[in-house]
Order: sequence, then C-alpha cells, then structure tokens
Amino acid sequence: MATGSGQPAQPKSWQIPVFYQKATAKTATDLATTSYFESRTQRLKSSAVVEYRARGSEKLDADRRATMAETEPVVKPKPRPIIRIGLFLISHSLFVSVVCCTAGILALLLLPALAKNTYISENALMPGSASPRLSHIDASEGQNFVNRILNLDSEAIKTGIEIPELIAKHMVELGGEVNYHKFQPISTKFHPLHFFLGPDAGVIQENYSCSSYGINTVGIIRAPRGDGKEAIVMVTPYNSVKITTGQAFSLGVAYSVFSLLARVTWLAKDIIWLAADSKHGEYAAVAEWLRDYNALSFGDLKLYPEICGVNTSPVCTTSQVKEGAISDGFRRAGTMAAALVIKVADSSTEFEKDVLNIYAEASNGQMPNLDLINIVNYFAVGQGLRVRVEKIWSLLDSWLLNSLGELIELLGKVATSLNPQGGFGIPVADYVEGSATLASSLYNQALGVPTGPHGAFRDYQVDAITMEISPKFYATESFLFLLYVGRLVEGVIRSVNNLLEKFHQSFFLYLLTSPSRFVSVGVYMIAFALLIAPLPLVAAALCSDASKTKLGKDKVPETAPHRESVPTFTSWKWLYAAKTVLVVHLWSAVVTLLPYFLYQIPNSSPSTNLLIWITLSVLSLFFAYELSGSFSFFSTSPPQRSEWALLKSVTVAVAFIGLCLMSVINFATAEIGALLLVPMCLTAVPLRHNLKVNTTRALVRGACHMLLVFVGFPPTAFLLLKGASDGFGNVICSFILQLKEANGYLVQVFVALPLSLIESMFA
Amino acid sequence: MSRFKSSFLLFLLLFSAYESIASEDIVQVSEEFTEALLLRPLPDRKVLAHFHFQSTAPPTRTYGRHHHLFPKSIYQLVHKFKVREMELSFTQGRWNYERWGGYDPISNSNAKPPGVELWADFDVPQHQVEDSWKNLTHALSGLFCASINFLEQSTSYSAPQWSFQSVSGKLRYGTLPREAVCTENLTPWLKLLPCRDKAGLSSLMDRPSIYRSYYHSQRLHLRSDEFDTSKTSTGIVLEQTLTVVLQPNTFSGKTSQLSWSLSSLFGRKVGGKCSLSNSSNVYVQFEQSLVSKVKELREKRESSKNEILMHEGFQNNPLFELSLPPKRIIKEVEKLTKEGSILYEFSVEDYDESEPFDLGLSWKVPVFWSCQQAPLRTSRFLLGSGNERGAIAISMKSTESNNVERSGRDDKECWLRVGIFQVVPWYVKVYYHTLEVFLDGEPQHTVDNVEKIHVSPSEDKVSPGVMEIVLRLPCSVSTAALTLEFDKGFLHIDEYPPDANQGFDIPSAVVRFNDFLTNISFDDNSLKRVPILSKLEENIPVLSYTEVLLVPLTTPDFSMPYNVITITCTIFALYFGSLLNALRRRVGEEERLLREKAAKKMGPLTLMLSKLSAKLRRKQWEPPKPSSSRKSVINKKLILKVLLVAGIAVAWQYYFQ
Repeated sequence: MATGSGQPAQPKSWQIPVFYQKATAKTATDLATTSYFESRTQRLKSSAVVEYRARGSEKLDADRRATMAETEPVVKPKPRPIIRIGLFLISHSLFVSVVCCTAGILALLLLPALAKNTYISENALMPGSASPRLSHIDASEGQNFVNRILNLDSEAIKTGIEIPELIAKHMVELGGEVNYHKFQPISTKFHPLHFFLGPDAGVIQENYSCSSYGINTVGIIRAPRGDGKEAIVMVTPYNSVKITTGQAFSLGVAYSVFSLLARVTWLAKDIIWLAADSKHGEYAAVAEWLRDYNALSFGDLKLYPEICGVNTSPVCTTSQVKEGAISDGFRRAGTMAAALVIKVADSSTEFEKDVLNIYAEASNGQMPNLDLINIVNYFAVGQGLRVRVEKIWSLLDSWLLNSLGELIELLGKVATSLNPQGGFGIPVADYVEGSATLASSLYNQALGVPTGPHGAFRDYQVDAITMEISPKFYATESFLFLLYVGRLVEGVIRSVNNLLEKFHQSFFLYLLTSPSRFVSVGVYMIAFALLIAPLPLVAAALCSDASKTKLGKDKVPETAPHRESVPTFTSWKWLYAAKTVLVVHLWSAVVTLLPYFLYQIPNSSPSTNLLIWITLSVLSLFFAYELSGSFSFFSTSPPQRSEWALLKSVTVAVAFIGLCLMSVINFATAEIGALLLVPMCLTAVPLRHNLKVNTTRALVRGACHMLLVFVGFPPTAFLLLKGASDGFGNVICSFILQLKEANGYLVQVFVALPLSLIESMFA
Repeated sequence: MSRFKSSFLLFLLLFSAYESIASEDIVQVSEEFTEALLLRPLPDRKVLAHFHFQSTAPPTRTYGRHHHLFPKSIYQLVHKFKVREMELSFTQGRWNYERWGGYDPISNSNAKPPGVELWADFDVPQHQVEDSWKNLTHALSGLFCASINFLEQSTSYSAPQWSFQSVSGKLRYGTLPREAVCTENLTPWLKLLPCRDKAGLSSLMDRPSIYRSYYHSQRLHLRSDEFDTSKTSTGIVLEQTLTVVLQPNTFSGKTSQLSWSLSSLFGRKVGGKCSLSNSSNVYVQFEQSLVSKVKELREKRESSKNEILMHEGFQNNPLFELSLPPKRIIKEVEKLTKEGSILYEFSVEDYDESEPFDLGLSWKVPVFWSCQQAPLRTSRFLLGSGNERGAIAISMKSTESNNVERSGRDDKECWLRVGIFQVVPWYVKVYYHTLEVFLDGEPQHTVDNVEKIHVSPSEDKVSPGVMEIVLRLPCSVSTAALTLEFDKGFLHIDEYPPDANQGFDIPSAVVRFNDFLTNISFDDNSLKRVPILSKLEENIPVLSYTEVLLVPLTTPDFSMPYNVITITCTIFALYFGSLLNALRRRVGEEERLLREKAAKKMGPLTLMLSKLSAKLRRKQWEPPKPSSSRKSVINKKLILKVLLVAGIAVAWQYYFQ
C-alpha cells in the first residue's frame, strides 16, 4: 500500500470517496476539510485498490499509523463467493480429489454408452445417390489383371520391375498418364530402439544396390472437363518382390475401378492410382511419394538407371509399352482431396461375411474427417460387408467390463423407464465391444504411430483411411469379390468427387466405439477434465499448507537470529522449489535427447552407446546439481514438511499444465498420461515420513508409492515388461519410442515427474 | 411494299455512292461474314473441331454506322469503350498440351485457361483506362451472362507491361478461373452470328454433344482500328471461334483409332451453308507427323507392290479414307526437312437440306503418331504443406521439338527465351526475392538466367501481385524450374468467397516462348482471302498456359463467429461486472449500513424469539450480532424460496403428468 504509506499524516477520511459523501454525510462532517477531501478523491478514483482495502478500516478511526502491515482488520472481510468456493474445495482437497478422480475414471468407462450414432454431415457427399456403374466387364478385366500378375509372380522374379511394368502398361492402355517413382527409404533415420537394443536384422543395408530401390507406379486419369485443381488418390500397396494373393487382388480392385473411371464423364477431380511398392514397408513408399509430390523433385525417374545394368536385357525393352507413353518426369494432379488405401488381406474364415477393417489413426493421434469413415461405412454396409474398426480382442472376455456393461444396461433400463425419450441404455455386448474398440482407438491415438499408409497423407492435411478387406473365399468367387469391392471404391470416390469443398463439415476430434458410433470431443473431454481437476486443488492445498506452516515456523527464527535465511519472503519460497523442478526437467530433457546425439557417432556398438549414455546422464545430473545449488535430498538438514510440500505442489502444478497442453495436442496421450500420473501425484509422500512413523501401514504405503513410481517411470516399465513378455514388450517399446519422437513434452513429464516425485519422497 | 421499294432504292443509291468512294480505296468496303470448320484427328483417338466465324465491319468513316451483318452490340461496345483489341474466352476443361500438341497455330491461339479470360487494349488516355475496363467488364457481363463483372475489382485484374503484344500500357488482363461455362454463355455468343445456329456450320452445335467434350473453349476476338487516323484502316474484325475436343463414341477396341463422321461427333449434319456467309468451308487437317507416317506407309507399300502412284489423292491413301471427295487439297510449305501438314477442303455450299453434308473419316490401319510440342512442356504446382507458407514451382521440361529447332540453329550462343507472366492474388503473399532458378536440378544464380524481370508486388486488398519475367535458358537444358515462396494470408471473415473451404485459386501463368513463332504457310496466294487460312498463316508466338492452382488457406469455421460473439460477450460481462463491482461497492460501508438497519428494524417477533430463547437457555439476552442475524435471515429466506420452488415443481409434476 504505497498510497497509504505515502500519506502518513492524513486523517481517516481518505477512505471515503466523494460520491459516497451524501450517503454518509454524518460521517463526513467530522472528517477533515472538504478541500482536502476533494483533492484526495482525485487520487482515489484512479486507484480501485485503495477503496477496496478501505472496506475493513472503519474501525481504524483513531488509528493514525501509516503502514498497512499494521492495519490488521479486526473483522475479516468476507471473501467473494467464488473465492469461498475455491477455499472450500482446497480445504477439502482430499475428498474432492478422490471424488473427481473416481468420477473421471467412471466417465471414461461410461464413454461407450454415451457414444452417438454417426451421420453424414456434409450434404454435398450425396452417397448412394447414383447407382454403381462398375460393370461385369470391368470386374472380369480386373480378374484377368490379377491372374496376369499372379502368373508373373509364379515366374522367377529377378529384378522386381516386372510388376510395375505390367501395371504401367495396363494404366497406359486405359488412357492414364503414367510415371514411375523410384525411391530409396531413408536409412539414416534415428530409431531409439536401435540405440538400446541394437539394429534389427535386415533393416540397415549400407550399400544400396539397384534392387533396393522401390518403384512406385503412378497412374493419373485427368477429369475430362475438370480444371485439374483437385485429385483423389487410390493407393494399393504391394510387394514387388514377392506379391501375395491379397495384394494382387487389391491391385485388381484398383484396376477395375481405374478402368471404369477412365471412361466416366462425371469426374470433376483427377484420379491418381498409386501402386506403392511396399518392399521397404507400406508407409515408407507412400510417404516418399508424398514427399516428392510436395517438393521440387529432379530425381532420375527412369526405370532403368544406367548404373544398374539391369536394362541391358532386350526382353525388358521390348516389353515396354509404346515410346513416350510413360514419362520420366514426376506427374502431379493438384491438391489432394482425399485418399483411400485399399488392401486385401489373405483370406480368413473366421466370419460368415467378408469383413472390411477401417484404419484411420494417423501420426500423433490425428484422425481423418469422420465423414470419410461414414461414407465408407455407408457403402460397405450397402455392399454387404461387415465393417469393423480395430479393437483390443482380449478385452472382450474381461469379466470386469462385462459386469460393468450389465450394470450400465440395468441403469439404462431404469433411465428408460423413467424417461422413455432419453436412449441411454446399451446392451452388454455392445458395451463390451464399444469399450474394446474405444480402448484400441485411445491406444492407437496415444501411441501416435499411424496404423497404415494413410498416416502419411494426414501429414499433408489430406484425409485418408485404409480399408482392409478380408474376404472369405476369394479363391472361388474372385469375380464377385472384385465386383462388389470395386463398387464400394467407386461409390466412395464418386461421393468424394461430389465434394465442392474439402472435408470440413464433420468431426476431426473423435473416438470411435464402432464404425457407426463415435464419441465427440465435447463428451470425452469431460472425463479428462474430471480426472485432472484434483491436480490444481492438491497443488493449491499443499502450497497453502506449506505457507501456513512456514508462518508458524517463522516465529522461531526471529527468536534465534543466527539463521540468515530469508524468512520474510515466504511468498517467494516456491520459486526455489520451481527451480529444482526446472532443473530436474532440464536434466531429463538432456537424458532424453542424448541418444539422438550419441547416435551420430560413427562406428559405435549399442552397448558402448548405452554406457556412454549412462555416464553422460550421471555427469549431467551432477552438473545439474551444481547448477541448482542444492537438491533437497542431498541436504543434511532435517526434512521440513513445508519444503517437500512446496516441491510437490510445484511438481503437481507442472504436471497439470503439461497434461492440459498435451490434451490440446493429442488427447489420448494426455488421457493415458493422466491415468498414470494423477494417482501418482495424489499419493506421493516422502519416504522418510513413512519410515519415521514406522508402522506397517506406512511401510506398505511407501512400498506402494515406490511401485507406482517404478511402474510409471517409462524406462523401468519398459525393462520390466520387456522381461515379462516379449510380444507385449514390443508394443510398449514402440509406445515409448513414439512418445519420444512425437510427444516430446509428455515424455519429459513422464521422465521428470517420477523423478521429482522420487526426489520429494527422499526429501 | 412501297416502303420496301423506297428503302431498296435508297440502299441502291447509297450502295452506288459507296461504290464510287470505294473505287478510290484499294480495300473493298462491305461487311463480310465467313464461316469455317476445321477438323483434325488427335493422337489419343479424339477429334478436334474448330469453328471459326469472322465478321468484319468497314470503318465508320467510310461506311457509316448502319450494319447488316455485323452485331450491333459489339459495334457499340467498340465505340463506347474505345477498344482497340479485345479477347474474351470461356473455357471448360484443360488443353492437353502433351497429347493434343502445343506448337501449331490452333493450339496456341485456342488453348485457354479454364474459366474466363479477358484482356483488352484501349485507345483512350491513360487515366481513363481503368474506367473503360470497369465499364467494359460490366457490359460484357451483361452481354454474355457471365460474372465477368468480378473482374472490375482492382484485386482481380492486372496491367501487364510487356507480356502481351501491346506496349502501350493500356492493356488490362484478368481471369476468373472458377467461372463455370455453360450453354447460357454459348447462346449469347451465337446471337452474334448472323445465322445464329439455325443454318450453316453453327447448326452443328448440338449442346449436349458440345458440352460432353473433353475441352470446350469459346472465344471472341475483336480488333478494331476505328480510331486510327491513317487511311488504311480495316474497321472492326470480330473473330469468333469455338474449339471442342470430342471423342467419337467408343464401341470398338481400345488401341486403334476410331472412325468418325460429323453426325457421329455432333449428332447432326450440316444442311447447307449460312446464306449470309461469303464462304462456308470445312477443312480436315492432318498433321505433319501423320502425313510423314502416310508417306512412309505408302513408300513401303510401293516398294512391296512396285506400283506406280497416280497422284496424291485421298482415294489411295493407305491410312484413312474420307467419305466425301475434297474440293481441293492444300499443302503446307515444307519447312526444313519436315513434311508439311495437309488440309483437305470441302465446301458446304454444294449441299442442302435434302442432301446434308456429313463428312466421315475411317481409318484403314491402326496408327500412332504424336503432335508437335512446344519447346518446353510446363507445369506448375505447389510445394510444401501446412497452412502457413508454401511455394509455387513452375517446372519446364524440354521436348523433342526443342531439339529439332535447335538443330537448325548454330550451336554457339543458343539461348531459349521463356517469358512467364504470373498473376497472384493478394492473399497469397509471394516473396519475389525468393525467386530461384534451377537448371537440370542445380540451383543457379538468378541473375545469370533472368534476362529481364518486372515485378509489382501485391498490395493487400488493393491489387494482385504481378510478375513478368523473361528467362534465358541454354538450349541444352532438359529441365528448368522456377520457385517462389509465399505466405498464406488471412482474410477478413466477409472477404471469403462462397465455398471457401475449397481453397483459393491462383490463375494460370502464361508461358511464352519468345523466339518461337508458329504458322502454317501455304503456296497459293489466293488462299489468303479465306479468313481461317489467313489466320493460320499469321505468325503467332508459341505460348502455353499452366494449370490453375488451388491453395488451401486457413478458413474459419463459419459458425464460429457466433461462438466467438457469445464467448466475448460473456468475458466482457464478467470482466466489467466485477470491475464495476469492485469500483462501486464499499463492503465495509454496506455492512455498517446493514448493521444499522438491522439494529433499527429488528422485528418484534425476532426480538421476542431471541429473548425467549435466551431465557430458555438461561443466559443474558444480548442484542444479536447484526452480521450473523442477517446471515441467518438470508439463509432462512433462501431455504424458504428453495422449498417453495420445489413444492411448486412437485405439484406441477403431480398434476400435469
């Protein structure tokens, strides 16, 4: 209160402004002179704070002291309601956090029951408004094409260019513009797994030979009257060295659709058929093509490079199609509107119908527009396919989910009996299936690894999905299979072709519980918000707790003035804790990033790399220790409750901020992170406290904390799981890898938070 | 009748008067109208049909203002806006330079960018050019039922300095890439013809078959030297062309060429010429590569059969057969070593309704050939991804015709001059200093390869960015590329066009090969009188249009403004509410007032009750603390209110359900 102290000799009247004068005329009369009074009001108008502080000071009539520190109000002013609510919540933080946490988890479990039916939001799509034109002739041509490819495959394939040539030849015959895209997968890419475990066999090939080039074949149909601004992409990945029957069938489907689209008059967008050579992985082929599509590429796109010496065989040159039909330049066709990846799985007999699997998750948990999935679902159902989204099968038998489903069904029945309009009820089977799908959806989004080649398109803001069709008997009914899958693809392309604008109407942020049901962002955010709501409360509670105890302790050093710590700045105390947390975070960031730099060192084995990593990490820890001055767990002073409480409160606050930011970037990662971190944050207590009390309960609690922290700490969890089961461990590996690659921030939280918790435990 | 007679007499009189004047002039003065159709088989089994109508009006100085054939609306247009030259084209589809050729005069003058393209050169003082342009766009908009008036905005047109022939600085150029072209644009265009589509060649224009075509471009070219003071003025020349690329109906196999006839292409036949036209001819053109194929084939056959060729007729052509005998065969003058193309001329004049003209062509042997290409094949595309920035790339790839041309020149100091004219709307903020030139994949010093450049950067919401550049490339170059980086701008919410989520168009760039001129020259000088042939003989520069680009810009969710408004209002309400509250309320004073009030107005009942309770508790009665009493009163009231509402709700529920 600088104003107050700046006017020490003023009478008490300064608290009352002039516009209040009439109302309190009586009070004002026995105050100072009016002239002064008015001059004061000028100042008061400019400062609302002074007025606000004045509210409790009428008791100070006689009190002429200037400093506000001594103007302790006798009647404490009643705080605003919102502050009162906040204080109430903070004072009951334990109860509130338990309730919120439980509610958050329950809400997450309820999500499958809250899922809505999907609907086609963009009217311009007009799915199914035209009858399919794909004729039997197209299908039988596709069948012939499949047979030709399979025949070619049965012959000895040496160079891997026979199939691309065959495809190109057929594309040219249909009137498409064709070019080859030759690519080399990037080998120097950093892969954290290789750092720790050594390179996988067969991945690293130092000297690329000719056969290591992947050759994509790209055919483009120009829309007859289109302006060539937009394009629709059809992708069929196949292995040019050893093609499977399923891959041949996917090429056959694309061929029959392509042959239809070469004739139709309704095209408004160009059609690109990318026969992607999946010799080096499906994703790599598509990603490389997209990279070159969106860059100025001067690559030598000739099929037969001179260095390779493959071309000299005269058979190849004669088999090539007429001169000049296949250009050696990179062909483009405008902005991509949507992309469909068509895959045919090798035949399965587990269902009575043919099954269409939809994969939609792209990198970093991005999803294509829901409308794209909707139309695929629409046409697939129309063609008599059974549509599925990926789900975690092991969850289907979980008794917990089953019983929960029964409970929800019961609740739903009760709700329906009360209010027949509100359809809340959901059958048990649906619930269990929905939760399994939701779990898989969450898992894939959190992982951030694309579930197929479609992921490469999302990086360029193109909506794409992978359709994997598992036919029941394509060996016997291949013609029919080509016919109806071709019609499905034709329908989807025609719908997308109808679009005037790019996909924008429907949802981008959603979780699927089944192909026709989804949970939108507005619903699933509630669960997340409930889950992380306790964090700021706990942080605030701990902070206020710490400041209170500090105040209590401050009276002690006053009597013993030899302690020269600065107790008067109690409000700044948290900065020290924040500094500690920051240093730990920095250290963890360094530790996380170190492998990348170590990887650049040539000629180093994984074990030496690991050793260097560990030594560097320890060294950087000591450096960080020097930097921060003192870590509390190295200090010899007896543990103070306030110190660890402040530390924990800052850590929890940082975790809260991190999770909130993460939820904007990738919801699923944030949700899973919150599920792991929130219990950890709520329960962590210094170990010494537990040890001091020395009861069995405290010991158990301490052990639980250690366990939680160890499970939550990714490297530990990784090692444990790696040891436990190889298969599942790999999944976790990729999870961590992806986390490291994509979600750098959360990794830091993941690494740093347990560390700071451990630290606060040892404090 | 008498009136007719008198007018006829008057006409005769006038005519004789003109005759006397005309005898002084060298040029024949009368209005003329000619029609012609040129058909050309294309390598990819399609057929190019090029309608050419030309109307001429003699200069007003000598002829007067009255016209019989020349469309009055065009005459008025020319005079009102003082148009020296103007070209308007409506195009649907893309010209496939690779398959349909990019070097011959027809493709160079008739391949146009999709949508509407308009340029006009005015004969007015410099300060009136803008006004004339704006008025002209509005007039044309009304005349052709198209939204050409959108070219009025200064953000949509530009003033090229030297990319077009005119150097006067009075030329304006604008395109509307998104304009949909339909039959409603064709009808007013046909109205300018004296016979409309009722008679003559234009009667072939069956709307469904024309709009089913792969490429459709209707063009109107206007040239006037009305305002020249020199004596040798020719008046106004209106040239109307319709170029369509049709595919004959497919029934047969995929690889061979398809036979076609006029009736199978258009679904109609020509029942005689338009009686107002001076000439009405149909030409079938065979390109030089096809002609050389024919020659080859013939030689082969000759050598095998040892047969002596009688004459170069169409009957014994080994490749194809025309259903009607041509009136004459016109051969192009051979250039260098190449064979010239051949034109077969047919006259419609000899046919009438009873015996309609229906030309057919049938192939005897499957044949493959390719069209002559422009020296460089250009394509333009976008680089990069994301909503923040990107780059435009124009890549040029040399074609064989380039090699041919080069072989004719001396190898030293051989440069290929490529002019690029590029207009970019203002919301795509191009950084012209990032211009980079790549030759054969290698980045080059820009200065070395740019002969001259003229850039006028865009001004937000005022003018588009215009770049005119002449690149000087070595002849041996196989690929050249040019990149320009840009930032994507933000638009104000009401500047977004309808369907904003589609993205925004960057109009086609014009790539001009300055050293290359194309024409088809004929031996016979008498052919010069036929407008379409004289048009073919004119030297025109080789140019090509690039693709239209679609730039996805950040688009707001258009339901968002409402959300924003509500959120903003809430925040404002909260902020100002609490601020005013803090400013106005004095809590201490209020509490004191309330306490006083409470002390004064303590109801007798409460007083009694409190006294009673004090007695019951056997305590000294003391006046209640004002704050607590107030609190309790409020609480009671609150509870009472809540109970009341709940009761009402329960009663309501009970009685009305």
